[in-house]
Amino acid sequence: IHFILLFSRQGKLRLQKWYTTLPDKEKKKIIREIVQLILSRNQKTCSFVDWKDLKLVYKRYASLYFCCAIEDQDNELLTLEVVHRYVELLDRYFGNVCELDIIFNFEKAYFILDEFIIGGEVQETSKKSAVKAIEDSDMLQETVEEYMNKPAF
Amino acid sequence: MPAPIRLRELIRTIRTARTQAEEREMIQKECAAIRSSFREEDNTYRCRNVAKLLYMHMLGYPAHFGQLECLKLIASQKFTDKRIGYLGAMLLLDERQDVHLLMTNCIKNDLNHSTQYVQGLALCTLGCMGSSEMCRDLAGEVEKLLKTSNSYLRKKAALCAVHVIRKVPELMEMFLPATKNLLNEKNHGVLHTSVVLLTEMCERSPDMLAHFRKVRQLSSSQLVPQLVRILKNLIMSGYSPEHDVSGISDPFLQVRILRLLRILGRNDDDSSEAMNDILAQVATNTETSKNVGNAILYETVLTIMDIKSESGLRVLAINILGRFLLNNDKNIRYVALTSLLKTVQTDHNAVQRHRSTIVDCLKDLDVSIKRRAMELSFALVNGNNVRGMMKELLYFLDSCEPEFKADCASGIFLAAEKYAPSKRWHIDTIMRVLTTAGSYVRDDAVPNLIQLITNSVEMHAYTVQRLYKAILGDYSQQPLVQVASWCIGEYGDLLVSGQCEEEEPIQVTEDEVLDILESVLISNMSASVTRGYALTAIMKLSTRFTCTVNRIKKVVSIYGSSIDVELQQRAVEYNALFKKYDHMRPALLERMPVMEKVTTNGPTEIVQTNGETEPAVLETKPPPSGLQPASQANDLLDLLGGSDITPVIPTAPASKPASAGGELLDLLGDLNLTGSPVSAPAPQIAQPPFLLDGLSSQPLFNDIAAGIPSITAYNKNGLKIDFTFERSNTNPSVTVITIQASNSTELDMTDFVFQAAVPKTFQLQLLSPSSSVIPAFNSGTITQVIKVLNPQKQQLRMRIKLTYNHKGSAMQDLAEVNNFPAQSWQ
Repeated sequence: IHFILLFSRQGKLRLQKWYTTLPDKEKKKIIREIVQLILSRNQKTCSFVDWKDLKLVYKRYASLYFCCAIEDQDNELLTLEVVHRYVELLDRYFGNVCELDIIFNFEKAYFILDEFIIGGEVQETSKKSAVKAIEDSDMLQETVEEYMNKPAF
Repeated sequence: MPAPIRLRELIRTIRTARTQAEEREMIQKECAAIRSSFREEDNTYRCRNVAKLLYMHMLGYPAHFGQLECLKLIASQKFTDKRIGYLGAMLLLDERQDVHLLMTNCIKNDLNHSTQYVQGLALCTLGCMGSSEMCRDLAGEVEKLLKTSNSYLRKKAALCAVHVIRKVPELMEMFLPATKNLLNEKNHGVLHTSVVLLTEMCERSPDMLAHFRKVRQLSSSQLVPQLVRILKNLIMSGYSPEHDVSGISDPFLQVRILRLLRILGRNDDDSSEAMNDILAQVATNTETSKNVGNAILYETVLTIMDIKSESGLRVLAINILGRFLLNNDKNIRYVALTSLLKTVQTDHNAVQRHRSTIVDCLKDLDVSIKRRAMELSFALVNGNNVRGMMKELLYFLDSCEPEFKADCASGIFLAAEKYAPSKRWHIDTIMRVLTTAGSYVRDDAVPNLIQLITNSVEMHAYTVQRLYKAILGDYSQQPLVQVASWCIGEYGDLLVSGQCEEEEPIQVTEDEVLDILESVLISNMSASVTRGYALTAIMKLSTRFTCTVNRIKKVVSIYGSSIDVELQQRAVEYNALFKKYDHMRPALLERMPVMEKVTTNGPTEIVQTNGETEPAVLETKPPPSGLQPASQANDLLDLLGGSDITPVIPTAPASKPASAGGELLDLLGDLNLTGSPVSAPAPQIAQPPFLLDGLSSQPLFNDIAAGIPSITAYNKNGLKIDFTFERSNTNPSVTVITIQASNSTELDMTDFVFQAAVPKTFQLQLLSPSSSVIPAFNSGTITQVIKVLNPQKQQLRMRIKLTYNHKGSAMQDLAEVNNFPAQSWQ
């Protein structure tokens, strides 16, 4: 996977994860292009689009579009499953996740993604394990008191 | 200073902004607050501020001033800080940033941290965006963690290793020992990431690949059997809630294993054999009701087709794809078509069985599916099914989106050319394409079609009749009109004489034909190129029609003052034909001979012979001077004293005066022309026969030998003649000389004729001059092209004879040109 984008139906970006290095300007251009491309496709079309030398796999869940860019030799149908799994993880963590959850807790969305995918490849195929890791990490986060009292360095 | 607002607060506030400007204002205010907070080195709120900054970054605002703060957060002892710090690093600190490398030490420390979640953060960050330097520095740490027994860390280390290898391939060797044990794990996460790591290694290095195919692993079993075993367990084992997806056990792992098997089995008989059974098992046992099952089947099919599988298995795979094609789910159909496209070359017959389903997909609503179905359909056309397929494809051409029409038209032309069952069918098909998608046909199709029509000699009458009928109603589709005009020009006599055999002949009068051609000329819809075609066609009809020559003369003379320079030039030349060279007109306007076609690789590729590319060269080049010097050849001989120099007859010898067509044939044979034109600017490609084409100022060769100096061959009495040279690297015995004659006196020189003679071992060809008047005061030149064939590479010498009228008297002069530069003949 080269990158993952989450955006709303109005084209607002909710999450961007890049697994390749690109200049900022380039990223912005790509985002604009892809958002426009996908939003212009109607219901009847399939979930795959050829784009430059990559394949875009996208799926809409409620008001959010999930889009992954994969290489030529990657399995498109499996990527759909990857996207679905991510949504399931979010759902498990937040409990009936909706777009607002992702907006207000974007950093958690990133943490969850990072427990599921590293460097563009899936690292954990068990839903239970992935969510457990996040929850355990959350526990490690200090409470306000602890935070104030702990020395920084 | 009051505590900085919380992240959620900020998000809420920003979302209330009603305009972009309002939002920007809020953001700027907050950024200012954050900046001052950073300046104060506030440890307590740094984390909160960076989080807010990351949010604003996602909205598209600049956040680079937070980079160093991220570093400080990473270095902090607090887990909360580290979490946000690493997130910020992944978003803001990619390898293009200067401060990227400063992370290295922090990451190194964290890789050895006592808490696994901190180690995890470090591994994740390194694995997502570590630069090559960082990877080099930390590879050792990653390798260590690859051997740990902690599966949480092991899986992350494996993917981190993948990233390291991608960035610094030389480090691959270093991870080899650690891979021995990887597949003995029970943990699916580790298994999955290990398979990914092994895949990456095998894909990148053939040595690694060979190694993994052969070497015995620690638990004394080879890799392929090991993978097969794991896969088998996945399929056979009962329900495992942890990894289950719609009744299938860990599809992610299954697919990755299948992919690794593919790489191991490629071009390797032993490995392929070892996996035949399991592939058959997966192919037959996997549930296909949900996407996940199909994902596995898809990967299986790809693997079967890529390895050296037995034929039964291959047929099974293609049948799976065939079933996919019938699936209601678009994604599945799409995937099937893509795979079939890849396999159609190797397993052609198997794919043919599904031809009707593929053709049905042409009617799908999805653009990507249609495109693949179209490509596949073209791949499947063969001699047996061409009639049926063509019908479907023509129907598709009619109804498809514009973006397909050009490709579809080209595809149809190619297929028709290869498999046409009869000439008439071929021409009918072409006609159909021209009429349905006329404006989308590629420019190079027009000359190709013309050439095809020329070659179907017995179909001329039929063709011209159909084309005439086609443009009668509608002459807006340019390629159609161009082809039709050309044909009418060539075969108009057949049209009016009603000679058609294949079809009911129609009654057409000469006037009606001229009517339609003139309408094309006048119409706003006609492109300049099309008009050129029409004008030339009208001109050609002057020799084929009997009663309307005067009308033709009138039309031609009207366009002599056309604003369009192209048209004007043609009209003027044709006018000149009528006036001064009427005796040559029949010869010049004779029927075109059958053209030699050299096969091309595709519509836009050029095949060059002798470096000729100009399509205009294809057409007649009847130098008027060819017939005049013929009668003066003796004069030249006399003048030159009949030594070792032979007179030049530019074209065929004078003994063949009536067979001007024969001369043309010679010309064409000589020049060994191609049938397909340059893919250069469109107007030039579609240039119709320029009968009196003087000279293009462009070089006639594509591979010109560099800079041969030009010479002044003659300079006397105000008349100066310069020679410029071009030679081809592919045909070094040909030298092309372009002469430019200029006049520095105060009166024009008219009726200028240039003649040349060369030694016996040479051959000379004189093309027609651009005009016969050299205007005074150097205000213009006459250009003429001479082609010299010098197979024995002898020194070039030339005698020239110039005749012209100047100041009311006839002038004549002879000269010898000896100052040819060595590069022009060596």
